[in-house]
Amino acid sequence: MTHSPLAIEATGLVKSYGETRAVDGVDLAVRRGSVYGVLGPNGAGKTTTIRMLATLIRPDAGSARVMGHDIVDEADAVRAAVSLTGQLASVDEDLTGRENLTLLGRLLGLKRPAAKARAAELLDAFGLAEAAGRLVKHYSGGMRRRLDIAASIVVTPELMFLDEPTTGLDPRSRNQVWEIIRAMVAEGTTILLCTQYLEEADQLADGIAVIDHGRVIAEGTPGQLKASVGSGALHVRLLHPDQRPEAEQVLGRELGAVVLEPDPAALSVVCSDADRGAVAIAELARSGVRIADFSLGQSSLDEVFLALTGRPAEAVPGEPDRIEEEHAS
Amino acid sequence: MSAKPTTHAEPAFAADEAAVRQALSSTPRPPKASALSAALTFGWRGMLKVKHVPEQLLDVTITPVMFVLMFTYLFGGAVAGSTGEYLDYILPGILVMSVLFTTVYSGVAVNTDLTKGVVDRFRSLPIWRPAPLVGSLLGDSVRYVVAGTVIIVLGVILGYRPGAGVVGAVAALALVVVFAFGLSWVFTTLGLLLRSPNAVMNAGFMGIFPLTFLSNVFVDPATLPAALEAFVHVNPISILATASRGLMEGTAEAADIAIVLAVAAALTIVFAPLTTRLYRKA
Ligand SMILES: Nc1ncnc2c1ncn2[C@@H]1O[C@H](COP(=O)(O)OP(=O)(O)O)[C@@H](O)[C@H]1O
Ligand SMILES: [Mg+2]
Repeated sequence: MTHSPLAIEATGLVKSYGETRAVDGVDLAVRRGSVYGVLGPNGAGKTTTIRMLATLIRPDAGSARVMGHDIVDEADAVRAAVSLTGQLASVDEDLTGRENLTLLGRLLGLKRPAAKARAAELLDAFGLAEAAGRLVKHYSGGMRRRLDIAASIVVTPELMFLDEPTTGLDPRSRNQVWEIIRAMVAEGTTILLCTQYLEEADQLADGIAVIDHGRVIAEGTPGQLKASVGSGALHVRLLHPDQRPEAEQVLGRELGAVVLEPDPAALSVVCSDADRGAVAIAELARSGVRIADFSLGQSSLDEVFLALTGRPAEAVPGEPDRIEEEHAS
Repeated sequence: MSAKPTTHAEPAFAADEAAVRQALSSTPRPPKASALSAALTFGWRGMLKVKHVPEQLLDVTITPVMFVLMFTYLFGGAVAGSTGEYLDYILPGILVMSVLFTTVYSGVAVNTDLTKGVVDRFRSLPIWRPAPLVGSLLGDSVRYVVAGTVIIVLGVILGYRPGAGVVGAVAALALVVVFAFGLSWVFTTLGLLLRSPNAVMNAGFMGIFPLTFLSNVFVDPATLPAALEAFVHVNPISILATASRGLMEGTAEAADIAIVLAVAAALTIVFAPLTTRLYRKA
């Protein structure tokens, strides 16, 4: 076993599907014991990257070492060190929660009694003891995700891949999953977390790679990313939501691309210069837009994404529920 | 079957950090599961599915029962002159046909499985690569045994008496199941190449139907035109039917049995690695 301080070192990973370059030269360096966020909108190439690193597909070009092992030449050693929680719930819907965990325990080499005991312990820890004997297809989205994560730690992995663990969950279930992820981090598990939720990466990750169209377009800590697009943002809340288009126009002209916030009366824009911010506010007032309040503060990752790509990240929390849709079809 | 939402209230859950951390730290990594143990575990998975949806066993019981009754009473009089005589000829044939038809469903099952996220997890486990497929076919073999047993028992109820008794019947069933195991690799390959479970079913039956009917399962080939007769003679399904009849009657020829086993082995050697490769890349 090599003792690189890195859990993942990827250089120039490429994967094409026909004309689509799903992943187009991705480099990653993930330290052991950290949570690394791969942040990007739907179709950016997150899942394809994870599938290469977890040895499910071979890269067309480039190479990577995961926990010190080459993903192509030492795929078995990689598999023995990692676990995967896929974007589609990676549990068997036609079995019960208990059967799922026991099955995985057996496949990972536990004897039958040990596999059963381990399943019971995990079901307890993840609040699924009561639902243990129920078929997974009758689980709620949150319960399914928790089982999915439990399934990934039947044998404690050195590195865990989490592909959009909270997509499609309601806010309460999302918080529960976040708490579980935090507990795993506290225990020292290295995690590669793919997400389209900027808030999720901000909350959980130590380092973030922003990817778009199969390429890493920015990398750093959440703080560095924010700093790289300017130290702050101007947040404005209007008295009348119907004046937002007008406000967007004025701020866009004065400061650059504007982010429309979930609050229909709020908008924000990257702005590192207080004087220019003040001018923009004055300009707003002059054009007849009524302002409820405004502040100049740190930029959020939403603004980071906008500044990097020139367009907003497509997905925001609370969007239609993709996981549930996939299960319903 | 679609998953109906149920009315179970979701139990309240607050992630218990201490419990999660405890769960993370408590298991030392056990030695890797052996190939056999992994395959058997996947076989167990197949059995659990039957346990949860026992209706699945209907395909493998009702259809063979229908075949036996239909061929014995509907065609028996016409083809062989009397139902009793025809039953002697046809029963081993129906055994072969029903079990071989069941193999198509193995391909359908693999195709259905692929649409589920759980396959990614299986493929990311440090286990013997073919284990999920071998295991699912081992589980299916249990279905073949059920189908075969139903046919033989029904035959006995209707008056069929194998000359070699129970031992002969068991030997014939075993031979058919071994051949079916080999053949089912062809359908799992198909299951990984085609897009939908329906396509697999259609293509599978398009292959297995003519092969079965152009064998000596139903009719004595001596009555056929020369070209067809030649084909029927070399059709492995004819040889399997002949060997099964022979085992039932205690008159089997070693050469026939050897050919059947060789064909089953050849199908496995060619199609098992092919299936495994396709599964890995799917
Ligand atoms: N198996 C596949 N066949 C064809 N195209 C694919 C396949 N997997 C992914 N893609 C394409 O590659 C791109 C990246 O997909 P993906 O990695 O799933 O993105 P993300 O996980 O970030 O949403 C998308 O355009 C997607 O349509
Ligand atoms: Mg994805």
